[in-house]
Amino acid sequence: MELISPTDFAKEKLKAVQDYSVLAGQSVSNLFRVPRYFADMIQQADLIGFGSLPIVVLTGLSIGAELALNSANTLQRFGSLSLIGQLVSVGMVRELGPIITGLMVAGRNASGMASELGSMIVTEQIDAMRALGTDPMKKLVTPRVVSTVFMLFFLTIISDLLGLFGGALISTFLYGLDWHQYWSTAWQILVFQDVFMGLVKPVLFGFVIATVGCYYGLNARGGTQGVGRATTQAVVASSVLILVVDLLVTKLLMSVFAYS
Amino acid sequence: MAAPPTVLEQGLPSAPGSASAEIVFDRVTIAFESNTVLDGISFRLTKGETKAIFGVAGSGKSTILKLTLGLLKPDSGDIYVLGNDVARMREAELFDLRRKIGMVFQESALFDSLSVRENVAFRLLEEGHVSEEEVEQPVREALRFVELENTIDMFPSELSGGMRRRVAIARAIITRPEILLYDSPTGGLDPVTSTKIIELIVKQRDVYQTSSLLVTHRLQDAFIMATHYFDRQTNQMQPLSPGSRSEVPMGFLILRDGKIIFDGDAHELAQSKDEYIREYIS
Repeated sequence: MELISPTDFAKEKLKAVQDYSVLAGQSVSNLFRVPRYFADMIQQADLIGFGSLPIVVLTGLSIGAELALNSANTLQRFGSLSLIGQLVSVGMVRELGPIITGLMVAGRNASGMASELGSMIVTEQIDAMRALGTDPMKKLVTPRVVSTVFMLFFLTIISDLLGLFGGALISTFLYGLDWHQYWSTAWQILVFQDVFMGLVKPVLFGFVIATVGCYYGLNARGGTQGVGRATTQAVVASSVLILVVDLLVTKLLMSVFAYS
Repeated sequence: MAAPPTVLEQGLPSAPGSASAEIVFDRVTIAFESNTVLDGISFRLTKGETKAIFGVAGSGKSTILKLTLGLLKPDSGDIYVLGNDVARMREAELFDLRRKIGMVFQESALFDSLSVRENVAFRLLEEGHVSEEEVEQPVREALRFVELENTIDMFPSELSGGMRRRVAIARAIITRPEILLYDSPTGGLDPVTSTKIIELIVKQRDVYQTSSLLVTHRLQDAFIMATHYFDRQTNQMQPLSPGSRSEVPMGFLILRDGKIIFDGDAHELAQSKDEYIREYIS
């Protein structure tokens, strides 16, 4: 492996951050310029949203059920099993629903975007698109960003509901908790801040997933091997960024809403 | 702030006896990392002319085409295309200019997720204000030109290499561009298919008088173009009589070590005393 000087390494990384920032900025600013490619947005929403539905349903349901299962023993020891609905509700809506859905969608779609755009780069299809007078940023990146942000928002809501449902199944059928009691405690504990925090995150995660996926795809170099590398990097980078953004947003919103 | 793009005016030197220039390269240099690919090259392509560009692999032939389209920016020098200073235009400004230029890529670069119909119609649909029904006729017309109308509903993966190149030609010509750029359109194809594609290029040159740059490794392709014309009556390429060959608007350009070592017509090329050129054409 060729060694690279620390200066060149730093320059390379700074350039990557700069390029990513430009792509992210353009993906938003293109929304205010024609053409807007609504048909491509709908097509991408179908691929990203409906395509991710099975995996989101499955993970939401199992995470909610596992959360209830793991916390039930501890709560039972303190005679507080009736609080299980509250625990699952707050855990899913504030934290687990957005982050698990974000990571699942990142694994599925950031990789998909990176491999698709990467293949287009190495087969000169992106150059052909530019040569035909079409801006690939408008035609390919913006529709993916808009669709991912939009669909991840609703996928997270579905995941939250299914997580609560999974918790309800475990609480009712394994621990004999009353179905209505579970749902009323789960509902009553939620306040505006919890819901707000749980719904702001998917918007940011969706933006991260799509921009990172597109960035690595459009910067793929070195044939099929390069496309494979871009795909892996897109999943790793988007997952790490989701965790970092989650931490920052949680801390920020907790400060804003003065959570104790 | 970048300087505003300038429009080529009459100030630039014009080639003796030539019509207005469609493409002008003026002392253009470009390097990739430490490798200087083009080193201060200058040439011009006049209206209606076809110029074949030769050189060994890596000599910068395809780079010239990408510079012409503004897909790459030169390190120094000026490039004027249809009077526009391409080297100083921003990407957003270049999209309008690119709509007047057609390009056939080395590996066709067809959109593999779109059908032949959608590939050929791409530019028309992108320009907007037309429905899919309205583009049907021009798409069929373009595909008829390359004799592939029957593939309209197929996908690129279902076509042979030669058919993909012909679809790429149809995609490039559908809007009747003022300039056509061909990047090794016959590379890797059998002689029969190659001749078929050269015939299409000659047809485009003689029927529509489109100015074009043709990058190729095959000298015989360019010589066929220099010695044949397209006969509309027989719908076939026909050989020219030796006396009328000089009337064909066909030029040759040879690159070596980042420089242009030859820029002239077929007759001048055949008369060249340069050892490298003699070896190249032998």
